[in-house]
Amino acid sequence: MHAISQQLSPTLGCYGIELLEADTFDLRCFQALTGTKFFVVAEPGTQGLDSLLKNVYGLYVDYVLKNPFYEVEMPIRCELFDLSLTQLIRKDKGVIGR
Amino acid sequence: MAAPGRMRCMYIFNRNGVCLHYHVWYRPLTTLSPQQDQKLMFGLLFSLRSFTVKMDPTSNNKGHLGVPQLPGQGCSFHAFTTNTYKLSLLETPSGIKIVLVTDPGMGDLREALRYIYSNIYVEYVIKNPLYVPGEHFRCELFNAALDQYVKTLK
Repeated sequence: MHAISQQLSPTLGCYGIELLEADTFDLRCFQALTGTKFFVVAEPGTQGLDSLLKNVYGLYVDYVLKNPFYEVEMPIRCELFDLSLTQLIRKDKGVIGR
Repeated sequence: MAAPGRMRCMYIFNRNGVCLHYHVWYRPLTTLSPQQDQKLMFGLLFSLRSFTVKMDPTSNNKGHLGVPQLPGQGCSFHAFTTNTYKLSLLETPSGIKIVLVTDPGMGDLREALRYIYSNIYVEYVIKNPLYVPGEHFRCELFNAALDQYVKTLK
């Protein structure tokens, strides 16, 4: 779907869908330069998802990619990554106000 | 060449995937032939709709990916944004899909799409006695009214 949306672009330089707005949720996508895509599903109209995804990317780089036992393209099973992710969301929950 | 405002192009599809109308304002890049482009657009809308129903966090997963959804059944998306364009969609209960491709900075176009459907499409096309439903149409009055309305959106 990312590729199809690029083909339908009226101008050059489309990287694919970044935000999908639906009735009951918003879906935001962050695409790293390597092609790895990060998605977050949230309530419609949630602000700050863009920076949230960039922070998640930062955590991914620190806890997953720099982990010497992690094999690229395999499912991620790093406890520290999960923990810091939960911490990040809890911290942001306060900011977003829920 | 100055870009005329924020509108890029518009598609109108019926429930069978027939492109009833394609209107272009400013489209510097077209990678495919019109038929392929329209088929691809309809296909993308169909897939995104199935995807949205599956991804809906508020309902228990019902339906299988790939099963056509009736208009109004399940969760539907009304817009998506990329770094070069924003696509806004209105699907009516009769299965008519109006797709508006604009500049990415455009705001919520749901009201505008509803206006285009009820005050322009219905008035100038559906109520036209010469129009055969389910076919591609070309109507000067429709184009004029659409251009005029779209100017007010900028």
